[in-house]
Amino acid sequence: MTENGSALLNVNNIEVIYDRVILVLKGVSFHVPEGGIVALLGANGAGKTTTLKAISNLLRAERGDVTKGTIEYRNERIEKLSAHDLVTRGVVQVMEGRHCFEHLTVEENLLTGAYIRGDKKNFSDDLDLVYRYFPRLKERRRAQAGYTSGGEQQMTAIARALMTRPKMMLLDEPSMGLAPQLVEEIFGIVSRLNEEEGVTILLAEQNTNMALRYARYGYILENGRVVLDGEASTLRENEDVKEFYLGLSSSGRKSYRDVKSYRRRKRWLA
Amino acid sequence: MEFIESVTITPFVMIAQDFPVFFGEVVFNGVLTGVLYSLVALGFVLIFKASGVFNFAQGAMVLFAALTLVGLMELGLPVWLAFILTMGAMVALAYAVELLVLRHLVNQPDIILFMSTIGLTFFLEGFGETLWGSNVKKLDIGIPDTPVEITGMLFNSFDLIAALACALLVTGLAFFFQYTPTGRALRAVADDHQAALAVGIPLKKIWIIVWSVAGIVALVAGIVWGAKSGVQFSLSLIALKALPVLILGGFTSVPGAIVGGLIIGVGEKIAEVYWGPAVGGAIENWFAYVLALAFLFVRPQGLFGERIIERV
Repeated sequence: MTENGSALLNVNNIEVIYDRVILVLKGVSFHVPEGGIVALLGANGAGKTTTLKAISNLLRAERGDVTKGTIEYRNERIEKLSAHDLVTRGVVQVMEGRHCFEHLTVEENLLTGAYIRGDKKNFSDDLDLVYRYFPRLKERRRAQAGYTSGGEQQMTAIARALMTRPKMMLLDEPSMGLAPQLVEEIFGIVSRLNEEEGVTILLAEQNTNMALRYARYGYILENGRVVLDGEASTLRENEDVKEFYLGLSSSGRKSYRDVKSYRRRKRWLA
Repeated sequence: MEFIESVTITPFVMIAQDFPVFFGEVVFNGVLTGVLYSLVALGFVLIFKASGVFNFAQGAMVLFAALTLVGLMELGLPVWLAFILTMGAMVALAYAVELLVLRHLVNQPDIILFMSTIGLTFFLEGFGETLWGSNVKKLDIGIPDTPVEITGMLFNSFDLIAALACALLVTGLAFFFQYTPTGRALRAVADDHQAALAVGIPLKKIWIIVWSVAGIVALVAGIVWGAKSGVQFSLSLIALKALPVLILGGFTSVPGAIVGGLIIGVGEKIAEVYWGPAVGGAIENWFAYVLALAFLFVRPQGLFGERIIERV
């Protein structure tokens, strides 16, 4: 990842502080190439969500602030823009925990995604496209979103973001709370969106195994820092990743209880 | 025993005797008061839906709008011009509220937003009276106020026109909410601010729209109410009457505000006329609150309130 010039998104050494006191990101840098799928991996509280929200500018609504570093999208600084500005530029986030508009029908949910593209047009073409990727939503289009299943809500959230005609999608934990089979289905759709529609994907996941199967490049975050990065295939083979994130080690499966925390630190800091 | 009879039997006998003419008049009177309650409640619902704020200042907005209208008319402006200028003032107020209050309180707890609207109430009352004076003013917008007879019942032409205008406004708003893209965006914001931001719905614009609409609704309520009872400080207190309407109809429902207002308006008139003698009158003052209390026990989300969706 040295060819920064061709990257769609450049995050350079950003620091994020919540409520003016809590330092959450302590200098995170990474690049997302155009048309790529990049994964941000890490445990709870590592800073994945904060990183995504820093990019999509949803941070300010949570009293968070990017205090150092720069975020560039197509070589334009974007830290000071509003979330609305970013969506119009083609960067949309699908938030963790789905966040459907519960009292709207599935189709109304999707149409809210088209709101930024003007009031007048008829969005049936866009709806058709979205329904081609998510046939299940077409069946459920008249259902109130709050009463659909978890998987359908996740699909609605992704489809709604797709309605904004994004160049880049920030997916936060799309696998959360879903059955493995559904997770497969959703990741499959996401990678098709990447290939067929050319949507660049930045994915934050705890489910390291899934993420590394679909992503091409990965960054591992721990305590607000990038501790490791590399091609997905390399990361999958890395001894530490295997041990700490995939639950495997040279002697087969291993319990976390046996891992001594100082050993992890030492190996990565070395 | 006598009391029980006077509560359970006598009123119905009286209603039967008065049917249909006098009873019809009582009901229609109730409907008109009810429409007014609905209008004020509607202002609450609009803002509550779109910004999750319980706008305590809705009553003060009614007062402020009416004061501004009367003040402009006293300067010698024709009614229509004063009306348009007041509408402009209410839109300007919406901008100011967004710029000075809401923008700085994004994602604060509801109670903080609520407190800020209490502050807004004091400001609007004080500002309005400083600007236009605090004496009781007469509002005459030139709608004829003559008795009209329809099928034997006597009505007031002003009441009829007012009820009709309110009904039109309410229908228009309901349509706007349900079928336009902006209305859809408003409902989306009401459901989930964060998600609305994430798909690029500009919250600031949405807030300005709802506060403007609520301001215009307040203006219409102020006109009708002010023309009936004079423009004075007590106008801001009708907000208190809107609370039981909201509990009855549901805080998040436009149709609920309408139906709730009508039920309370008609209910309190009938109670006053027929049940009043048994308890010594003045039922009108507390009927709405007792009804609301009963409703809280049975159906806390109100008649049409959105169910709190919880998937199991």
